[in-house]
Amino acid sequence: MATVELKGVRKVYGGSVEAVKGVDISIADKAMCVLVGPSGCGKSTLLRMIAGLESITHGTIDIDGRVVNEVGPAERDIAMVFQNYALYPHMKVYDNMAYGLRNRGMKKDEIDARVKRAAETLELSALLDRRPRELSGGQRQRVAMGRAIVRNPKVFLFDEPLSNLDAKLRGQMRVEIKNLQRSLEVTSVYVTHDQLEAMTLADQLVVMNGGLVEQVGKPLDIYEKPASTFVASFIGAPPMNLLGGNGGKTGAPLTVADLSDLGVSVPPGTTTLGIRPEDIEQGDYAGEGLKTQLTVEAVEPVGAESFLHGKAGTHRLVVRVPGRSIAEPGAVLPIFAPRAKLHFFDANGKRVEG
Amino acid sequence: MIGQSSVSRIIAHVTLIIGILIVAFPIYYTFVASTHSLQTILRPPLPLLPGREFFANYYQALFGGIGQLGGVTVWTLLLNSTIVALGIALGKIFISILSAYAIVFFRFPLRMVFFWLIFITLMLPVEVRILPTYKVMVDLNLIDTYAGLIVPLIASATATLLFRQFFLTIPGELVEAARVDGAGPWRFFKDILLPLSATNIAALFVILFIYGWTQYLWPLLVTNRNDMNTIVIGLRKMISFADADTPWHLVMVTCILSIVPPVLVVVFMQRWFVRGLVETEK
Ligand SMILES: Nc1ncnc2c1ncn2[C@@H]1O[C@H](COP(=O)(O)OP(=O)(O)O)[C@@H](O)[C@H]1O
Ligand SMILES: [Mg+2]
Repeated sequence: MATVELKGVRKVYGGSVEAVKGVDISIADKAMCVLVGPSGCGKSTLLRMIAGLESITHGTIDIDGRVVNEVGPAERDIAMVFQNYALYPHMKVYDNMAYGLRNRGMKKDEIDARVKRAAETLELSALLDRRPRELSGGQRQRVAMGRAIVRNPKVFLFDEPLSNLDAKLRGQMRVEIKNLQRSLEVTSVYVTHDQLEAMTLADQLVVMNGGLVEQVGKPLDIYEKPASTFVASFIGAPPMNLLGGNGGKTGAPLTVADLSDLGVSVPPGTTTLGIRPEDIEQGDYAGEGLKTQLTVEAVEPVGAESFLHGKAGTHRLVVRVPGRSIAEPGAVLPIFAPRAKLHFFDANGKRVEG
Repeated sequence: MIGQSSVSRIIAHVTLIIGILIVAFPIYYTFVASTHSLQTILRPPLPLLPGREFFANYYQALFGGIGQLGGVTVWTLLLNSTIVALGIALGKIFISILSAYAIVFFRFPLRMVFFWLIFITLMLPVEVRILPTYKVMVDLNLIDTYAGLIVPLIASATATLLFRQFFLTIPGELVEAARVDGAGPWRFFKDILLPLSATNIAALFVILFIYGWTQYLWPLLVTNRNDMNTIVIGLRKMISFADADTPWHLVMVTCILSIVPPVLVVVFMQRWFVRGLVETEK
């Protein structure tokens, strides 16, 4: 039961490297907040500042109504799951989970009860006498989770906890983490560079880029209304088609010629046009929107859907079609997207409503 | 090596056996000599089989006292050597693990200066600084004391650097996990660092124990009293220039006895060592 409040948080390393450049986030009680962004954008730094493992250069961090800038990690009442799990290699699973409780001077019976309960929740009961190296990657991950939940903390912090697992296990653990977080109702901050993980886990999604927050919101709101070209290309796979002038090669703004190629009208100030691959349909269209011809260059069937890679005039486009595609490379297809599905961005990459 | 011709196998075995003989025979011969009377030893050739004086010789050496040493027993020498070797090994490990801990895990002013100071002492082994060290020992009245024998040999950069290298391989996440788990510097050292270093400590203990046991120059300098001699020095003092003055049978006994503790340490610690190697991996 806790809220987390970040106000004007900045981190400067060694007087010169500014890893986090002023972040304001307010996380509601019991919510799962996911920080997502490319590698090096300062997600881990931000998380470690919340944990108390890194000093805060500017601004304040507030957990459950208390400013914790000067409070050590052990006193912040947080628990952290590390990317490489950071289990104590010489301790049994039981002791790995119990260690933090012992350091807090908890009674033996209470520790025992808590560890057993957590082990049951995470299906670790049979493994309590093993050492970390006798466990599989997925089991180690569970022990790391167990070590966090026995503490019954105010806030869970996760730093890319699934990045060392194979794809199948990752999907499975993702669901488990979500269910666990829901049932324990503990406010959580989760760092990942994987947009799929971010979309599926988040109650509140924070997209970061270069030490700054690009956008905060519900995952689907962000998906539907990305605030910038960065967010538009980062969230969603395959990423949104972003069309600029000159086929987007030079970063030049869209020209009148481009617009007539694409058969579309845009609000004033627009330099870049965005369309999600799944919003493009095949056929002729009478309404207002984007209307053009796609020359197919490659087809990627992935089973439930197919991706057509091609060109409309000078513009590269990816189109998602359900099921199998009957189009072959070389085919020319009429395509369209209704105007309501289009996204417009100005010269600074910011969203323009239209 | 599997499935080779029997000729090459025989050659390999013969080579190995010759090697073992070269290493083991002198030790065996020393043992044989230690079980004969002085008269038998002085009248060559020495028999190749043990004699009947085993108990008499060993009893006299261990408890009877040795004339050349003013009646000090080999038992006393063994005790001195053990105290000195243990003191040096444990002292070095204690000092170096703590200094490596400080240098790797704490940020304090002049940290790198201290690191380089330690590093530079690598260039100053006991032999180089022997005269000033001797002067200090005299001024501190530490001649003929265990402290005088042990303390100057404890200062060690090698072990500190070894522990530093090992500590640098410990992932930062582990340190942070311990911090989140509420382990302060002391708890982290005791509960996590020390157990993880067990293998290194065992290996270093073996090496340093033997280093301490075989010290010659410093103990020679810093002890005058016979009852403060280490076994290496005692052994040296027992051998006189005149053959007839040397109790060779007791010298041989002392030789054998002086090998036993280092061998025991190696044998005992090796088991530990291997267990450590099998168990700890990150
Ligand atoms: N201890 C440090 N000293 C100096 N720079 C650092 C340190 N830790 C991280 N950085 C820099 O801060 C930036 C953000 O790092 P990080 O938060 O780890 O990114 P992310 O987790 O998003 O990949 C990077 O440019 C990185 O090089
Ligand atoms: Mg990171």
